[in-house]
Amino acid sequence: MVLTVLQKLAETEWSVALHESLWVWPLLESSHVLTLALFAGSTMLFDLRLTGWALSSVPASTVLARLLPWTRLGFAIMLATGLLLFYATPVRNYQNIFFRTKMALMLLAGLNVWLFHRGIYRRVHEWGDAALPPRAARLAGYASLVFWAGVIISGRLVAYNWFDCDIQPQPDFINWAAGCVVP
Amino acid sequence: MLLPFFEWCEASAVGEFIRTSLWLFPAIECVHLLGLVLLGGAVLLVDLRLLGVGLRDLPVHVVGAAGHRLLLGGITLMVLTGVPLFLSEAIKCYYSQAFWVKITTLGPAVLFALTIRRHVASASQGERSRAVLALTGAVSLCLWFTVAAAGRWIGFS
Repeated sequence: MVLTVLQKLAETEWSVALHESLWVWPLLESSHVLTLALFAGSTMLFDLRLTGWALSSVPASTVLARLLPWTRLGFAIMLATGLLLFYATPVRNYQNIFFRTKMALMLLAGLNVWLFHRGIYRRVHEWGDAALPPRAARLAGYASLVFWAGVIISGRLVAYNWFDCDIQPQPDFINWAAGCVVP
Repeated sequence: MLLPFFEWCEASAVGEFIRTSLWLFPAIECVHLLGLVLLGGAVLLVDLRLLGVGLRDLPVHVVGAAGHRLLLGGITLMVLTGVPLFLSEAIKCYYSQAFWVKITTLGPAVLFALTIRRHVASASQGERSRAVLALTGAVSLCLWFTVAAAGRWIGFS
């Protein structure tokens, strides 16, 4: 079902134009990668504040308030360029185990943000000035670092075709995980 | 003139070892990319503050000190992973325009960060004019952007 829709999407004029383009695709890809410094960089800085590794003299809530607009801007650029990159080769991305791993890790990273803001961050007025935040906050910081590092690593590996569906035979597990239709 | 050196790099044991491995280059690449986050994050943190567009209510020297430690960590990680990546494809790099843009901008970028920018960013409140701070931030951003963009472009050639 999803595959059929994506196959139609791959045949659209703009999708073909994007993945055949000499300049637009590399420029999109470069913007996607360089924006990591803004998005992941600002996320990492807040995580380092939560885990007590950086900016410990500045209240955690101040660090978050000042960084968040930049994180949001970075995320918007990541999302826009990422969607276009996906649109350029939709079937190939959908059936790529690294892409699927990346999406799963992004869900976990998002869940971590949600739990953090619903949980320990509600009491930030009690611990925000402390150089070393409470355990729950530190844990959220470390989890965020691990999840986003995983997103970046699996994102980088999408480029490799080791487990692509058109390279057979592959172990059954790989074909299952990548959603390959093997005759 | 430099070609023999690049050939020697390409033929080195480390270069050979990475080239013949299927997954070693991608693995080191991934760590290089994580280094970009650390280095790029540290650069942006301080430069946005110097430009006066972010973290304006935090003193420059506080942001500068935090940024400097992260920057040193980022540079270390980038060099430790960048050198083996280079060794594995030194001859490709020799003929890549993007590589030369990156490597010739890298020196000034590191030098600027460790000298002038460090000096400017360690000033206490009101000690330096906003123009000096902004100019330093702008120069730093341009240098590092060139290094990063050219670095990404090596992979496309």
